[in-house]
This record gives sequence, structure tokens and C-alpha cells, in this order.
Amino acid sequence: MTKVLVIAEHDGAALNPSTAKCVSCAKQLEGAEIDIAVFAASAAAVAAEAAQISGVGRVLTIEREENDPAVAAILAPQIAALASAYSHVFGPSTAFGKDVMPRVAALLDVNQISDIMSVEGPHVFKRPIYAGNAIVTVEAPAESPLVATVRTASYQAAEGGNSATIESTNIDAEIPTHTRFVEVQTGQSDRPDLQSAAKVVSGGRALGSEENFELIYKLADKLGAAIGSSRAAVDAGYVPPETQVGQTGQIIAPDLYIAIGISGAIQHITGIKDAGTIVAINKDEEAPIFEVSDIGLVGDLFSIVPELTNALD
Amino acid sequence: MEKILVGLKRVVDYNVRVQVKSDGSGVETDGVKMSINPFDEIALEEALRIKERGEASEVIVLSIGTAESQQQLRTGLAMGADRAILVETDASTDPLTAARIFQAIIERENVDLVILGKQAIDDDNSQTGQMLAAVWGRPQATFASAVSIDGNTARVTREVDIGLETIEIDLPAVITVDLRLNEPRYVKLPDIMKAKKKPLDQIPFADLGVETAPQIKTMKFEPPEGRQRGIMVEDVAGLVTALKDKGLV
Ligand SMILES: Cc1cc2nc3c(=O)[nH]c(=O)nc-3n(C[C@H](O)[C@H](O)[C@H](O)COP(=O)(O)OP(=O)(O)OC[C@H]3O[C@@H](n4cnc5c(N)ncnc54)[C@H](O)[C@@H]3O)c2cc1C
Repeated sequence: MTKVLVIAEHDGAALNPSTAKCVSCAKQLEGAEIDIAVFAASAAAVAAEAAQISGVGRVLTIEREENDPAVAAILAPQIAALASAYSHVFGPSTAFGKDVMPRVAALLDVNQISDIMSVEGPHVFKRPIYAGNAIVTVEAPAESPLVATVRTASYQAAEGGNSATIESTNIDAEIPTHTRFVEVQTGQSDRPDLQSAAKVVSGGRALGSEENFELIYKLADKLGAAIGSSRAAVDAGYVPPETQVGQTGQIIAPDLYIAIGISGAIQHITGIKDAGTIVAINKDEEAPIFEVSDIGLVGDLFSIVPELTNALD
Repeated sequence: MEKILVGLKRVVDYNVRVQVKSDGSGVETDGVKMSINPFDEIALEEALRIKERGEASEVIVLSIGTAESQQQLRTGLAMGADRAILVETDASTDPLTAARIFQAIIERENVDLVILGKQAIDDDNSQTGQMLAAVWGRPQATFASAVSIDGNTARVTREVDIGLETIEIDLPAVITVDLRLNEPRYVKLPDIMKAKKKPLDQIPFADLGVETAPQIKTMKFEPPEGRQRGIMVEDVAGLVTALKDKGLV
């Protein structure tokens, strides 16, 4: 019997789209019964959202003060306790899931399957290694619980329209006090979220300064796009780290990705392989980014980008 | 604090464009340049800085692998680690078994802080640090971009999807590091000479009494589906037309 527990990612108020993507992955397991677990201080709003995801049987809410905000060391023992009733436990391969899920796996005495790209059987999956330069098919032992993270860029969010039952659950697990949340700093922005945006405009080292990134912002605003960046742009301090796309940044799959003044290092490309259309603007016609681009334009970004922004009126 | 333990994994150098073998049995590693996992170098740099600030007295580097990993340990010693441990095994080690090996060394050495890379760039698992923290029953601070030590606690800023999160953890603990934490130092020739005299203990895996975790089997390797090279346009007007054709603007 395949029973999947999906761990909801949320910020206390709203569900992260990564959760519905995990459900899409779980649905590929034949005959799977899928439950979502919401760990929160007060779970009602998030649970109501989770209950709408198609394919979900039950939404379990585990409410306690310590669960807000989410800290891996605090969540993991609770998830592990809940896991005994399931064959599979899935979380997203976002910063949240990557932090907590391996801790859960270790508590259950199993290795984790990281970054599921596709389901090949109840215990057989494909996942990327070497920054996506190789894809492996892996098989986990059928007799142990299977803990995995789902590569969110490989899945569309499952649709809404469901009304799963919501059940409040108590879990008997020892909660450690050795880890304390202090604060989170987030670049306040009215722009779309990088993970879920349909369009992303991304700038690289070539922008040369924080001020010049204004060019990227203007184009993004015209398109209603989120802002992305290369590691070089982040390291140089032009843009905040949460905008970084790539192996060590965010892995995204927008319909449109525009790479401006980005060379196309393997570590960057890894983050955009599943994008619908990739557009590259680069002054070097030999830049590797053009090898993976659907539309390429060779030239100086400082003249092209303003012209493009104007042309989109 | 007394001791910091840092993991150094030997991996294919990050500049190598990895190729899948034509028979799907693995990736080509013959004659390929091997290096310390770049995240682990950052982990070691951070440990050295903590020690240099007088907040720790010894930095130990640990690698799990074949005798060849001595090379990476020697580089770690040249960077400034005090001594090295190689847990020798021919098999490639899964994250949970690696975590158990670290745990066994922690028990032998009475370690106060373990610093690891947030992931190894070969299998990209990003599991070992979190698993070690679980096995050890201690805090984890993953994806660190800033670390400060204050007596028996550490304050760690973490790179998360929405920005920067700060947590406070009690020591002993596990920290896994992100790329922006620091810039590792270059090794100078005299340091390489000095490193040859520093102790490097070799412990056969079988001597540790560590149980191997249930294995996830790799059945097949294949190259990724490549993206096709598309069209080149001449100018902005051409770009706008191409975007309109695809219904993207
Ligand atoms: C372990 C590891 C992990 C990494 N993870 C990531 C990651 O997650 N994401 C990431 O992005 N990188 C990552 N990197 C770094 C990566 O290898 C590259 O160094 C980085 O992506 C380069 O950024 P860039 O393309 O902006 O800069 P560059 O490589 O310097 O490219 C700048 C480009 O701009 C073009 N250009 C310059 N001036 C102009 C102009 N006026 N008009 C138009 N074009 C112009 C140039 O032709 C060049 O192609 C990682 C590296 C390592 C080792």
C-alpha cells in the first residue's frame, strides 16, 4: 500500500506552491493515498489551502507554538513520529525541505532520495547529479520508509478544486530547545516571487553595479517578471542572494527566462534547464549561454535592454 | 571551544564538464582532475578563521574514501588544519553512513563543532550535515553565510529562499556552509612543505564499528536531455517579433 505524507511548506499564513508540486510528484506513484501535514502554531489558513489540492486525501494539522517559525531540529522528530503510518515522506527541494528532510531520514535510519525529477516505480526514481550533467535512476529498499525531496522545477503544481478532510493531530515527540530562531531578513519587493513567476529577467556580472541593475528592474516591471541573477552578480553585491539562480541558488522553470550579461556557466544553466523559453543577451557571440538559448541576441546590453524595454510598450 | 572537525570530500573538480560513460555504468573519472569539494574548502576556511580568532584550539580535517583522498587532506593541512584523519574505504559512502562515521570520530575526539559543505558537487545530495546533526542529537545550521561564536552558542545566518535567516544554536553543533561565507585562502609552497610533517591518521572503516546504512542503489546513469540551440536574432525588433510569435509578450 503506497501512502505518501507530504510536508507542507508555508510561512504561517500561506501555503508555498512547492507543496502542490510535491503532490504532483506523489500522484505519479500508482494508487497512492496522499496526505499533507501542516506544522504550525495555528494551521487553519494554510490547511484550508492545502485541502484544495487535487489528489489529497487528508490534511493533518499539528499545532504547537514551537512550530512557528519552522526550525528543522524542531520539526524533524515530529515528522519522523508521524511517518510510521506512511510508506513515503516527501518534502520540496527548497531551502526548507533540504534543511529538514535529511534530518527526518536519519531519524528513520534511511538515506534520502534528493531532488526527484521523475517517478519510475514505487521505489525507483530519477534524479540529477553533477549539477545536472548526469541523471541517475536510483532504487530505494522497499522494506524501509522512503524519504525524498522533490525537485520542484520538474513538476507543475497540482490543481485546486478539492476539499480534503482536515484533521488535527497530536504528536508525542520530544522537542529540542537547542536551536532558536532569531530573525529573517527578506528583500521587501512587490515583484513576483522568483520560484513561481511565469517570467524571470536575470542579470549577471556584466551589469557592473547595483545602480545599473535598474535596467533589469525596468524591463522586469514591464514584463511583470521576477528578478534573477548569477552568482557573480550576487557576490559583487549588485543584488541580494535570494535572487541567485543555479546549482547553489534557486532552480526555476518559468515560461520565459531572459539572461542578460550572463555567460552561462554550468552551475547557472542547472537552474534554468526546465525553463520554457530562454532568451540570452550577451556581447560575446561565443558565450555558452547561447548553446542553451531559444532566442539569442548578440550585443551590448546597455543599449539593448533600454531599447527592448521601450519596445514593449 | 576545543576542537573543530571539518569534512573534506574528494570530488571531480568543479571546472570539469562531467561526461556519462557510454555504457551508462557511471561517469568518466579516468584522468579527470580531482579536488576538494569547493564547499568543504569554505568550511575549512571558516574553521581556521574561528581558530585564528582564538575561539578554538584545534582544527581536524576528516575524509572518507580511498588512500587517494590523502591528497585532499594534505591540501587541507597546508591550508592550516592541525591534523588529518582518513577513514579508509573502497566503497563510495552514502550520506547516512558518512554521518555515522563522523559521529564515531566525534565520540573519539570530543568535538565541539563540525563544519561541512552544504553539499558535495558530485552526488549533490545535501544530506550529510543534517543527518549527522540528527544522529548526534545536536543542532544544525545549514547553508551558512555568516557565523559568529559566542561562548557556548553560535549565531548563524542562513541563505534561504526568501532571504537571510538567523538562528542561534547551542554547541556542540553542525554547521553546513554556503558559498558566500568566505573566500578560502591560497596555499603557499612553504605551507605544503610544513603540511607533510603534520599527522595524518588512517583508520580502516571496519575498525570504527560503524554499521552501513540501507543503500539506495544506482541502476543507471544517463546524460541529461540537452536543450536545443535556438535562433539568433539581429536586433531588438527581431527579438520582440520572436517573443510575440511565441506568445510571450
Ligand atoms: C560550486 C559552485 C557553485 C556555483 N553555483 C552557481 C549558481 O548557483 N549560480 C550561478 O550563477 N553561478 C554559480 N557558480 C559560479 C559560476 O561558475 C560562474 O562563475 C557565474 O555564474 C558567472 O556569472 P556571470 O555569468 O554573471 O559572470 P561572467 O561569467 O563573468 O559573465 C559575464 C558575461 O557578460 C557578458 N558581457 C559583459 N559585458 C557585456 C555587455 N556590456 N553587454 C552584454 N554582455 C556583456 C560577457 O560576455 C560574459 O559572457 C558556482 C560556482 C561554483 C564553483
